[in-house]
Amino acid sequence: MQELQDLTSKALAAFEGKRSEVIPMLQAVQNEVGYLPEEAIRDIAEMIGIPESNVYGTATFYSQFYFSPRGERTVKVCLGTACHVRGGMQVMEALEREMGIDAGETTEDYKFSLERVNCVGSCALAPVVMVDDDVFGRVVPKQAKEVLEQSDPEV
Amino acid sequence: MTQKFDAIVKEAEEAMEKKQTNDTTEIYVGCATCGNATGAQSVVQALEKKLDQEKLAAEIKEVGCIGMCFAEVLVDVIKPGRPRISYHGVTPELAEEIVDSYIKNDDHRPDLALGYFGEGGPEDIRQIDTGDVFKNQQRVILKNCGVIDPEDINEYIAQGGYRGLDETLGRKQEEIIDILKESGLRGRGGAGFPAGRKWESCLKPEADQKYVICNADEGDPGAFMDRSVLEGDPHSVIEGMTIAGYTIGSSKGYFYVRAEYPLAIRRLRKAIAQAKEKNLLGENILGSGFDFDLEIFQGAGAFVCGESTALIMSIEGNRGWPKPLPRPRTTEEGLWGKPTLLNNVKTFSVVPQILSKGADWFKSIGTEGSPGTAVFALTGTINRSGLIEVPMGIELGKIIYEVGGGIIDDKKFKAVQTGGPSGGCLPEDKLHLSVDFDTLVEAGSMMGSGGMVVIDETTCMVDVARYFLDFTFEESCGQCVPCRQGTQQMLEVLNDICEGRGREGDIEHLLEIGDSIIKGSICGLGQTAPNPVLSTVQYFRDEYEAHIKDHACPALVCKDLLVYHIDEEKCTACGRCRKACPVEAISGEKKVPHKIDQSKCTKCGICFQECPERFSAVERLTGKENLAWASGKEG
Repeated sequence: MQELQDLTSKALAAFEGKRSEVIPMLQAVQNEVGYLPEEAIRDIAEMIGIPESNVYGTATFYSQFYFSPRGERTVKVCLGTACHVRGGMQVMEALEREMGIDAGETTEDYKFSLERVNCVGSCALAPVVMVDDDVFGRVVPKQAKEVLEQSDPEV
Repeated sequence: MTQKFDAIVKEAEEAMEKKQTNDTTEIYVGCATCGNATGAQSVVQALEKKLDQEKLAAEIKEVGCIGMCFAEVLVDVIKPGRPRISYHGVTPELAEEIVDSYIKNDDHRPDLALGYFGEGGPEDIRQIDTGDVFKNQQRVILKNCGVIDPEDINEYIAQGGYRGLDETLGRKQEEIIDILKESGLRGRGGAGFPAGRKWESCLKPEADQKYVICNADEGDPGAFMDRSVLEGDPHSVIEGMTIAGYTIGSSKGYFYVRAEYPLAIRRLRKAIAQAKEKNLLGENILGSGFDFDLEIFQGAGAFVCGESTALIMSIEGNRGWPKPLPRPRTTEEGLWGKPTLLNNVKTFSVVPQILSKGADWFKSIGTEGSPGTAVFALTGTINRSGLIEVPMGIELGKIIYEVGGGIIDDKKFKAVQTGGPSGGCLPEDKLHLSVDFDTLVEAGSMMGSGGMVVIDETTCMVDVARYFLDFTFEESCGQCVPCRQGTQQMLEVLNDICEGRGREGDIEHLLEIGDSIIKGSICGLGQTAPNPVLSTVQYFRDEYEAHIKDHACPALVCKDLLVYHIDEEKCTACGRCRKACPVEAISGEKKVPHKIDQSKCTKCGICFQECPERFSAVERLTGKENLAWASGKEG
């Protein structure tokens, strides 16, 4: 708990507490902590002097923010238009099956989070899967297992 | 040229000369996001290591995207007095070979080379700039991308950069606006509003503060034009914004950039710092008395923030909610209630060239109504995916067949999608159309910000429409009922159609809801959300009807309308599909043709991909009869 508090304070140290700083503050906390814990939302609201619900309302509007701890690595399946027409959805389904979770969720062991993204801009490699910064191009569904094995944070 | 700027140019030229003495080999590596994604960074490391080992002198430049995504990783080598030779698909191992063969031993390796730029290259490889990829292109906005090192301001200045700004300072603001109006420049964000008029309406109001905002919240799925410009030529955008600041009387600008573009953000930060150091940004720019500062705001992932009022709400620290009409224009009341000029990345980036080369030069490119060029991210089932720039007015088909090299595996072309979730799909008989703002809108699509996705016969158009509706439904901000509820209703009807629950009258129903959304929504997101459905109904109505009447998906895409079946005559019982099936739905043993248990099959398609092409025993069937057969089949 203390650790969370320290990380949050560190992230917020550079801000003055202006209303317009809400989004940069949320981004700074998430960069430091990995997600937005309830306490951080409270701290930001206090610093700015607005209701917590207001900060929460802004944060939930944007897809960048997470409200629960994330897996060690994030598997991002690109479902931009180019990836969609080249079979990205089938790759997503294969990964969901292999990981036993739905898009947007995190595995029980907190190794992986799975999410869909709307274009990583590597359309020539479609369909694309990214695990953190590693790119897997022209992925077919049966490679799902291989991608996960190669990306296991403990290996 | 002002004396101050003259000195800056001299300094840049000297720095460049120092960098390129006549006997240095230059190596360009495409290090935009696309290149890095394909492994450009490890290629750079391999090159450095090998050069070091061999004690060879060469300068490695990490450049932006030249647009040939299909050929990444690209490494170009210029040996003293020789043309620029381009190597494609380079891996760290091949990079070492190139150093060894070409740089050390002068064998240019035709087997690895894509070709050369300019004239007088080796006869056994092709000239690229006159070849299919580039001969129809005209690079204006992208002229520096993949050519200069975006992290070195001197390279930009040596290519004529910041001359437009130097030309601007000291001139009357109205004069600048006249040049822009004369040039006919239209905003490159998608709608094509005349830029000169927008700037003028922001100059008029009196205010103690005005703002300039660059919209780099490129949210269309399948689009990366703005990112490439920011990554490959950040100074052009900074210069354009500074000119805008001077023209409308603003001292503060913002970049609104997607947080998903870390490399673009890093390069912008560096470019801003370099411009300040040279007094091309900051206080008293070039001694003119004009101050202008730039700040980067990272968007947090909301497509609707591409809409001007929503973007402004977001910078102010709120939910990105567009403001309903009637409301004052943002050029009158924008950020913090002050007059605000908002343009797309590409619009700002072309402004400096218009000012340094003149309105007539710009008008000489493109068509009368849409002067200049169009930048597209050309993707989908096309042979040469990439970032291209063509003069407005080019035939649509030319882009697909000449620049893009046609459809992968020689499949049949079905449609081309432009304008992202706000745009539409055009069929084959529209390929003769001229690419410009007005013609595409007339045909039921739109120019958009520059995504161009090519679709072949293996793609289902109803599914494409559903894909976009799913996107706009997710991204609808939820403020107004027509968009929030309407997109959901349309999506449900489309889901029904794709999943075999389509009913007579569904198409009319879609058109009716679409019409209400267009009429009733408060912002551009809602007003254009039905377009992908409307244009696919217009041109591919037969596919909708096949789904509804026969429960058939002609392109064999919609999962719920498919049956996977093994042709016993063709099956050689190799066992591949059986082993690969994730749900153990396939039975059979050696020499016994395999069978799919329809009650277990999840239609993932893996057996179909596994079955070797020479057998092609796994087949996909569709239509009411086949579906009825499968559902009556237990084991």
